[in-house]
Amino acid sequence: MVQTKTQFGYRRHPDQDRASANIAEHAVVVVGAGPVGLSLAIDLAQRGQSVVLLDDADRIGEGSRAICFSKRSLEFWDRLGIGQRMVDKGVVWSVGKIFHGEQQLYQFNLLPEQGHKRPAFINLQQFYAEAYLVDRVSELPAIDLRWRNKVTALEPRNDRVALTIQTPDGPYRLNAQYVIACDGARSSLRQMVGAEFAGQVFEDQFLIADVKMTAAFPTERWFWFDPPFHAGRSALLHKQPDDIWRIDLQLNRFADPAVEKLPENVRPRIARMLGHDKFDFEWISLYKFQCRRMSKFIHDRVIFAGDSAHQVSPFGARGANSGLEDAENLAWKLDRVLRGTSPEALLESYHIERSAAADENIRESTRSTDFMAPNSHQEARLRKAVLSLAKETEFGKRMVNAGRLSTPSVYETPLSTADGDSWRGGPRPGASMLDAPVAGLRGEPMFLTEAFIGAGTRFTLLEFNNGAAPELPEGLGAVRIGGKDGLADSAGLAATRYDAEPGTAYLLRPDGYVAARFRHPTRPALDAALARAAGQS
Amino acid sequence: MPLSTASNFAKPDDAFRAIVEAHRGLNDEQSADLDAALVLVLANHIGDLDVLNEAIALAKRRMLDASQQQQQQQQ
Repeated sequence: MVQTKTQFGYRRHPDQDRASANIAEHAVVVVGAGPVGLSLAIDLAQRGQSVVLLDDADRIGEGSRAICFSKRSLEFWDRLGIGQRMVDKGVVWSVGKIFHGEQQLYQFNLLPEQGHKRPAFINLQQFYAEAYLVDRVSELPAIDLRWRNKVTALEPRNDRVALTIQTPDGPYRLNAQYVIACDGARSSLRQMVGAEFAGQVFEDQFLIADVKMTAAFPTERWFWFDPPFHAGRSALLHKQPDDIWRIDLQLNRFADPAVEKLPENVRPRIARMLGHDKFDFEWISLYKFQCRRMSKFIHDRVIFAGDSAHQVSPFGARGANSGLEDAENLAWKLDRVLRGTSPEALLESYHIERSAAADENIRESTRSTDFMAPNSHQEARLRKAVLSLAKETEFGKRMVNAGRLSTPSVYETPLSTADGDSWRGGPRPGASMLDAPVAGLRGEPMFLTEAFIGAGTRFTLLEFNNGAAPELPEGLGAVRIGGKDGLADSAGLAATRYDAEPGTAYLLRPDGYVAARFRHPTRPALDAALARAAGQS
Repeated sequence: MPLSTASNFAKPDDAFRAIVEAHRGLNDEQSADLDAALVLVLANHIGDLDVLNEAIALAKRRMLDASQQQQQQQQ
C-alpha cells in the first residue's frame, strides 16, 4: 500500500574526507528536504547563495500527507520556477460544500473573482510536490543535496554552528554560519537546541485514507457534519490527481488505533460513504491532532521553519502552506544578512512575522477542531444550534466552522511603514500583494505577479503612472502600470485592487508583501521606507 | 457603544413573559437547546463583539456571586 515514489542515492562528499583541523565551512545548511526545506534552498540559491541541504532519508515520502496547496504557495513556487508544473498536475478547486446529515447547508467559493494567475487551491499529493522541487534543485548547482545525512549533534559557536552528521560511511563534521531546521514535527534539531514545543493535544482521533477510484464527484471540498454514513461524527472528501480521493473520518476518542486502521475495518465505513466498494487503498493513517509552536523560532544561528517550529490540525490547509510562507519569508532576509546588505537584526522580523502567523493558524485550526469535536455537552449544544440555524439564516451559515482555509497573514511588523495617506482599499502594509491581469508592452496578456518576478523578485516599486517617472533608489525593481513604457491595466482591475490613482506607488518586499504605499512618493519617503523594510533603521 | 443595562422595554414584564412562555412545555434538555439558539440569534443581532463580551461578563458575574454565596453558606 505504501509507495516509495522516488529513490535517491547516497553519495560520498569530499567534505567527509577532510581532516578534523580543516572542517568544511558553509554559509547555510538546511536540514530536511521536505517541501519547506527544498523550497527554501531553491529560493536562497536563486538569490545567489550556496546551500547544503541534508536529509536523513534517501527517498520521497510515503502516503500523500499534505494535499492542499494555496494560491500564495503557488505564487511562491512560480517565483521558484515550478508553479506551472504543480498546477498542471494538480486538481484545481475553489468551491467547498458543507452538508449536515443528508442536506447541503451551504457552499463557499474561495476565489469568486477572475483575473488571478493562480486558483484558490490545488490538491496535489505531497510526494509530487517534493519530486518537482527535487527536479528543480538538480538544475541549481548552488544546492548541494546530500541524502542519508543525519545531523546527530549541534554545537553553537560564536560565529557559526558546528554540526556532526551521520552517513552510511560514518560520521563527519562541518560548520555553518546558519542552520535552518526544516526537519518536521518531530524535529531532532529542536531537541538538540533544548527548545520546548508546548501546546494543545486534541483527544479525538481522525482516520485519514487515500483511496483510488473513478468517481464523478465534482472537484470540490465536501464536508459533512453527522452524515448518514457516519452518524454523529464528521467526514471530509477531497479529490487528488490520479483518481485518488482523500477521505477524513472523525472517530471517537476511545477508538483503538490498531483496530481502526485495519483495512477490513476501514473499508465498510468508506463503502457506506461512497455507496460502493469499488476502490483500493493507497494510504491509511490514524491521527490525533496537536496545535503547538516553539516560543522562539530563532535559537542563535539555528532557525526553525515549517512543522519543526509549529504544528496545527489539518482542517484549513495551514500546515504545509504556512511552512512555505516561512520559507519565502526567511529566504530573502537570510540572503541580505549573508551579503551584509542588512544587519543580522533583520532576521528577528522572521520570528515576529511568522510566529504571529503561527498563532493565527493555531487559533483558526483550534476553533475548527473544537467545532468538529465539541469538548462538552454545552459546546455540542451550541454547535447543534448553529447547524440548525444555518438552514435558514445567513449568520448561522457563517458560524459553521468546517475549516477556515489558509490565507496569507497580514504582518504587524517593524519592517512596515504606516500609511500616511488615505486609502479606501488595496493591500495595506504587511499584506501580501494582490494579483491582477495586465498587458505587456507588446499587448501580451500577463499578470502582476509575473511582472513582479520579471522585475527581479527583490524590493520593487509598483507604480501607477502619472507622467513623471520618479528616480528610483539603486537596486530597486520597478513595475510600472500605464504610460508609454508601462504595463496596460486593460481591465482596470489593477487600479481597483490597489485603490490606485495616477501617482500611487506600492513598495513591495522581495517576498511580495507590501512594505509601504504612497499616493505620491517622494525620494526621501521611499528611501526611509526601503531602509525600514530592509531592517536598516 | 457600551452594553446597555438601562431598562429598554416599555413593558419589561412582556419581554420576560415572552421568554418564559417560550420554554413552557419543554424539558430541561429542550430548554437548554432553545436558550443556545436564542443566545446565538440575539448575539448576531447585537453584532458587536465588545457588547457581547460585556454581556458575557455581566451574566457570568451573577454565577460567580451565586457560587460564592453557596460556599459561604457551607462554611
